[in-house]
Amino acid sequence: MAPCRHLPSRRAALLGSGALFAWTQLPKLARAEGRDPRLLVIVLRGALDGLGAVAPVGDPDWIGLRGDRALVLDGKTPALALDSFFALNPAMPNLYRLYKVNEATIVHAAATPYRERSHFDGQDVLESGFAKPGVYDSGWLNRALLALTSGGRVDASGAGALAVGPVTPLVVRGRAPVMSWAPQLVVPASDDTRARLLELYQHTDLKLAAALEGRIRLAALAHADGSTASGPPPQLPPPGIARARAYFAEAAGTAARYLARPEGPRVGAMGFVGWDTHVNEGVADGQLAGLLGALDGALAAIESNLAAAWRETVVAVITEFGRTARINGSNGTDHGTGTVALLVGGALKGGRVLADWPGLKTAHLHEGRDLKGTIDLRAVLKGLLRDHLRVEEAALAESVFPGSAGVAGTAGLVRAA
Amino acid sequence: MDTSKKAVAALALNRFGLGPRLGSIAAIAADPRAALLADLDRPRAGELAAPGLPSSAQAFRTVADANAERRARQITMAKAEEAKAQAEPSMREGGVPTANAAATKMATEAVPNPGRQIYLNEAKARIDAALGSEVGFAERLVWFWSNHFCISADKIQSMSGAYEREAVRPHILGRFQDMLEAAESHPAMLFYLDNTVSIGPNSVAGINRTRGLNENLAREILELHTLGVRSVYTQEDVSRFANVLTGWTLLPAADNPDHGGEFAFNRRLHEPGAQTILGQVYSEGGVEQGKAVLHDLARHPATAKHVAGKLTRHFIADEPAPALVESLARTFQDTAGDLKEVAKALVASDEAWSLPPTKLKRPSEWVTAMVRAGGGTTADPRRFTAGQASLGEPLWRPPSPKGYADDEASWIDGMGQRLDIAHTYAERVAGALDPRFVIDSVLEGTVSAKTTQAVVRAESRQQALALLFMSPEFQRR
Repeated sequence: MAPCRHLPSRRAALLGSGALFAWTQLPKLARAEGRDPRLLVIVLRGALDGLGAVAPVGDPDWIGLRGDRALVLDGKTPALALDSFFALNPAMPNLYRLYKVNEATIVHAAATPYRERSHFDGQDVLESGFAKPGVYDSGWLNRALLALTSGGRVDASGAGALAVGPVTPLVVRGRAPVMSWAPQLVVPASDDTRARLLELYQHTDLKLAAALEGRIRLAALAHADGSTASGPPPQLPPPGIARARAYFAEAAGTAARYLARPEGPRVGAMGFVGWDTHVNEGVADGQLAGLLGALDGALAAIESNLAAAWRETVVAVITEFGRTARINGSNGTDHGTGTVALLVGGALKGGRVLADWPGLKTAHLHEGRDLKGTIDLRAVLKGLLRDHLRVEEAALAESVFPGSAGVAGTAGLVRAA
Repeated sequence: MDTSKKAVAALALNRFGLGPRLGSIAAIAADPRAALLADLDRPRAGELAAPGLPSSAQAFRTVADANAERRARQITMAKAEEAKAQAEPSMREGGVPTANAAATKMATEAVPNPGRQIYLNEAKARIDAALGSEVGFAERLVWFWSNHFCISADKIQSMSGAYEREAVRPHILGRFQDMLEAAESHPAMLFYLDNTVSIGPNSVAGINRTRGLNENLAREILELHTLGVRSVYTQEDVSRFANVLTGWTLLPAADNPDHGGEFAFNRRLHEPGAQTILGQVYSEGGVEQGKAVLHDLARHPATAKHVAGKLTRHFIADEPAPALVESLARTFQDTAGDLKEVAKALVASDEAWSLPPTKLKRPSEWVTAMVRAGGGTTADPRRFTAGQASLGEPLWRPPSPKGYADDEASWIDGMGQRLDIAHTYAERVAGALDPRFVIDSVLEGTVSAKTTQAVVRAESRQQALALLFMSPEFQRR
């Protein structure tokens, strides 16, 4: 018995009969202004290499850092110039198009307050909105909804958020009701997970290593001749980047359809995994290029499925931290600090790269190895929540991003109402 | 507490139990052997508190009644459809076949098969018992014996869960002889191994009909349940034993609205006369003749050796040391098949504590251990059985009467699927389960530095948990 693909799970129905239909009243104040804003947050888990996504081609130290793996304007796969300094990874033509029509903003050298290098802690800080890692049971997006509720700006019985995926991302967890939807297209363990497990087996259990290797070879064989006889069910693309592309597009596209509905939710969150590119990062034509291409496809699906509502939407693509400025010994990058945040949507005043560029000389790198974080990501998010959803400053500084009174929300990210 | 004590506790939970849960390593670390024995000393250990589950005969009747009602509806509806077709010229083209197909469809919808739901209810009771048990040694013995005396839900779904509760669970710490008799006389076994259609050639029914002997049950009792293949019996012994067992059957549901599905000895099917098996003469005595054969089989040295070999292979190593098998067989012999004493001897052996964990957990054990480590105390039986099935070990559906294999070679090629299951489970629990908490608090630091490193370096909680559940120390016991 296959569950229906495009219905929210039973959890939503359990929240109370009014929930599904009352969401329409979500940002009341914004509505009073004649707007009906939407905000979708996409968390890239594993730490996106910001320098691989948006390259500082105008920085004189750029090529010295990455050598022939540096994205450049005149490379074999030329990067797409955003301005005189930054260029976009060519795997993202949709994002480039949106940027050109002022519907995309790139924030560079951004970071959360977290300065260690654990993915889990980093994701907790990114999503909880708290300045320090810890065990949190709610995320900033959920608390922003609550703030709208208590401020009388939304119907208290109806404020709700959409979570995409079998696990509700922390950013949207909390007391405000959440409705969750999971794509049927479950992504099996990624090539990366398989490779890590193989590495573990090679050091601990050679029999298990041999068995897993056999399986990997078989999958490669099936992939090579296009047959999936011994692999996954035929409706699934073969494992690897094709499947990631299908999953990203389906998950993001469905989220957009919900946000587009007149009675649907107005905020949502989802996570994509696979960004921990320690080995053979493949900025131009490998792993990272494939993932960025899949993300680009997801953005296109969101734009197309939102239809008219795109004009009132902001999508924020964020990640826990960046990666080392230099390439490591395995043609990859290790855990770092500063990275990019990608904002897209018709509600943006886009076509800009926001950066307080720290420079790439070793002396300018964080601990001599990472791009510094010069823009506090919380400032960007606070700016969006304040100017797009109309969450009050006091709530942003106290309950949404606790202890962030000193971090002013970035002004002017969205178009004037 | 020092690490080596925790490691021994973890070994005990993995080798003899169902894997660590939060707090269980600390709870038993002071004396893991005593904890294993205490698990067996609990009152009614091995039995299942399962109020509301039907007996095997009730389940059998429920399914049979539904089948009969469906057939009746089908016939009634087919007649109605046919009449309609006659009345309306436009429908005549399809005629009788179309009318029949439509009636079958309607009848199936009106009276669905209750067997699947009974199976799922039984599965849930079993899974929850495994997830809820503190140590799980008694449950592991249930699983072992249920696999030893296996039947298949593919052939008799309605009774598959009740069979285990009725024939296996009450005897895992009792006498082998009692379990043997309970299993071989259970309607599910008689149906599974075709004894219900076995008729003595010289019995009243045999003379009146053309059908005759079916050797299936007799052969499997000798080959799989007692003496073991290529041991001491001949084809003649098989045939004669089959004669002895004729008449062991179950009451048909159609004629017995209150007792259908229960065991019955039907004298009219029984081959009359004395039979000689393994050189021993068994005089005619109706059902007692068969019980006498089972009694002697249970005490045969070949049975002791066969059972001791399987137990050590299951709990200790794929290729156990012959001395260990012999020692366990001796315990079996000396105690007249006291299965609690046999289980205790296994725990008391040096090998149980000195051999490295080389056994690969079977899918059922591994999935259960994963959910236990994840803090699960109850599970959705559909999802759980589907996961186990995708790993090649569907619950109560072994591919043959031999049951599921117990060696590494049979399961190791399933690592790819295991990883996908681990990944799927991790995806579901990652939101509320910290991998470091599992390592530190559930597994109490008993995983290797290499595994810990891989887990800590993972790109997401989901990946970290998948790697942890797939690590050698989580898969081997």
